[in-house]
Amino acid sequence: MIEFETPSRRALLTAIGKAGGTLALYQAMTALGHAAPTQFSGPPKLAGAKPGASVIILGSGLAGMAAAYEMSKAGYKVTILEYQDRPGGRNYSVRGGDVIKETSGTVQHVRFAPGNYLNPGPWRIPYHHQALLHYCQEFGVALEPFVQINHAGYIHSADAYGGKPQRFAEVSTDFKGHVAELLAKAVNKNALDDTITKEDKDKLLEAMRGWGVLDKNMAYTSNLRTSAQRGFDRPPGGGVNGAPTPSEVAGLTDVLDPRVWQTLGLYLNTTMQTTMFQPVGGIDMIGKAFAKKLAGKIRLNSKVTKIAQDDASVTVDYEDVVTGKKAQAKADFCVCTIPLPILSQIEVQVSNAKQAAINSLPYQSSCKIGLEMKRRFWEQDEQIYGGHSFTTQSISQLSYPSTGFFKPGPAVVLGAYAGGAAAYQFAGMTPEERIETALNQGSVFHKQYREEFSNGVAVAWSRLPWITACASSWTDDLRKTHYQDLVSVDGRVVLAGEHCSYIGAWMEAALLSSIDAISRLHQRAVAA
Amino acid sequence: MRQAGRWHGRLAIAAGVLSLCGAGAPTLAQSLGDTSSVGPSTARSTTGEQTYRDICQACHMAHAEGGVGAGRVPALAGDPHLSDPDFVLARVLHGQGGMPAFADMLSAEQIAGVTNYVRTHFGNAYTGTITAGDVRRRSTDAASD
Ligand SMILES: Cc1cc2nc3c(=O)[nH]c(=O)nc-3n(C[C@H](O)[C@H](O)[C@H](O)COP(=O)(O)OP(=O)(O)OC[C@H]3O[C@@H](n4cnc5c(N)ncnc54)[C@H](O)[C@@H]3O)c2cc1C
Repeated sequence: MIEFETPSRRALLTAIGKAGGTLALYQAMTALGHAAPTQFSGPPKLAGAKPGASVIILGSGLAGMAAAYEMSKAGYKVTILEYQDRPGGRNYSVRGGDVIKETSGTVQHVRFAPGNYLNPGPWRIPYHHQALLHYCQEFGVALEPFVQINHAGYIHSADAYGGKPQRFAEVSTDFKGHVAELLAKAVNKNALDDTITKEDKDKLLEAMRGWGVLDKNMAYTSNLRTSAQRGFDRPPGGGVNGAPTPSEVAGLTDVLDPRVWQTLGLYLNTTMQTTMFQPVGGIDMIGKAFAKKLAGKIRLNSKVTKIAQDDASVTVDYEDVVTGKKAQAKADFCVCTIPLPILSQIEVQVSNAKQAAINSLPYQSSCKIGLEMKRRFWEQDEQIYGGHSFTTQSISQLSYPSTGFFKPGPAVVLGAYAGGAAAYQFAGMTPEERIETALNQGSVFHKQYREEFSNGVAVAWSRLPWITACASSWTDDLRKTHYQDLVSVDGRVVLAGEHCSYIGAWMEAALLSSIDAISRLHQRAVAA
Repeated sequence: MRQAGRWHGRLAIAAGVLSLCGAGAPTLAQSLGDTSSVGPSTARSTTGEQTYRDICQACHMAHAEGGVGAGRVPALAGDPHLSDPDFVLARVLHGQGGMPAFADMLSAEQIAGVTNYVRTHFGNAYTGTITAGDVRRRSTDAASD
């Protein structure tokens, strides 16, 4: 998987360029993932489906609905069985009036004002997730920018800056300045003489001076130039008192706090880079658009309990969770997108290897808390328009709405996005305790928090009955042993979904895995 | 395939970002997906009971009664599987299904503590105490499989 980096990609490309000219070079670059965004190369072309051939699809998340949409277009008769009373799966938004049920029996009633929402799961779309963006365009799902990096957002660490939140701009400028100063010192002490040439040494010093905003002594200090990046104590103005005053730069020890560089590093990942998008009105606009194309084809409230197959067909047992009635559905083929924590408990007639794969993959969890505030104090009082603040506390981050800027009235902030152990800590609390914890911790950023709080909702993924987790958690070892077995076509059954990809927990994963799965199933179907 | 190659260069960064945030050595999958941001992810509990409340209760519930939905969250109360300490350790360390791998989220002491706790509470009365040493041995055994 990771060999590309080893022989040096550039060396390889240069060789290809020399051998085959520009076109070959372009094709190779595309194949190596540099010129092309994701593996999406257009919707699948499923020509020549046998008339009357049928497919049963299990789960109506994006993977299931993309399979249904494309196979139905190709001429298959499709039916989806979905456990919940709504299509969309993890593509999910909650609004005032919605009810969230947990496996514990706990029920939350969402009380947000009209127009406000929380995306408990997916919420942002990287610009290179081309399959997802393709379907958004095809279905007319309106997209708007998701404010990803905001230099006015805060970074808080209990162990740095005296525990006082700092603006991203301050912290990032300080980090860069100190690193540049130290590197310049090392160069000037000839510590790198065995590593770089004299010419590069001079260029490096020049770069450190400019990039790090160092002064004439190659030191990172408080002055108007560093303030132009990190912010002024008194910003430049007009007229008599127009002259700005600089802000005080922080010392090295503070910027070395992990929370600082982790936050700076976060935005370097391709999946975290801008431009980022979100659907106008909630992430579930995507699922709803798919569902609209599949009117009459999705059977809700249907809990799949068994999947059997023979030479001629697939038989799926399911139970209507409203009436308790048991029934069977038959089809020629089956695309199963049920998340593995659930599928591993269902009797599935597949090879031992596939069953082992289904049983072996663990899932992680997550907890998101939406807090409706009476007004946009982060905008009105602190000039934060969208983006995030980060903390070492278990809420991990706070995110401000990317939409509705300057509007009067209530708005919803994401008051926690907890992962790892923190996700479980939150899940074990009652919803009231989760919200109380989020208010407590979030107050570190905003003194207005308590006073402006109106109501909230806390979604703990490990307690959602239809998945009991949040996303698959592959390791390299698990991939080696189980990945190919998980994704292979087994007789008349194929699995698809976020868990059947190398992308991780992204909606793009559900779509690309689905397109790949149905393409292979279709080949199998026309060959039969 | 081509994405995987591309990822590699970034993974070093991404994994580094996460690993110092207290998540131990999180899986690469975690760093690839948008399911939680970076942040503190290890538990601070000291007793087995605290770890149970802090972590396990999230899914297995306050009285270890489990839950039901599209699938089942197993009850740990009166669970005969727990008679086998190796079974319990394997699940806690490596996870399965809805259960994550706790090897990186909990220390050997925390894992030993909570294993002993569930094996002797909620109607379970199994003998044999697991030590942190047992946990460490079990996790290195598995790593070298
Ligand atoms: C907290 C969080 C944050 C995320 N953030 C992002 C993000 O910002 N951007 C992004 O692109 N992605 C994000 N993702 C990932 C994205 O949500 C998923 O990868 C994608 O939605 C998964 O789609 P799927 O079709 O594979 O599965 P699902 O959407 O889970 O669909 C599976 C369906 O199967 C149904 N089902 C379960 N059991 C049964 C049964 N027995 N019978 C019948 N049906 C059953 C379920 O109810 C569900 O509807 C996030 C996920 C989470 C949890």
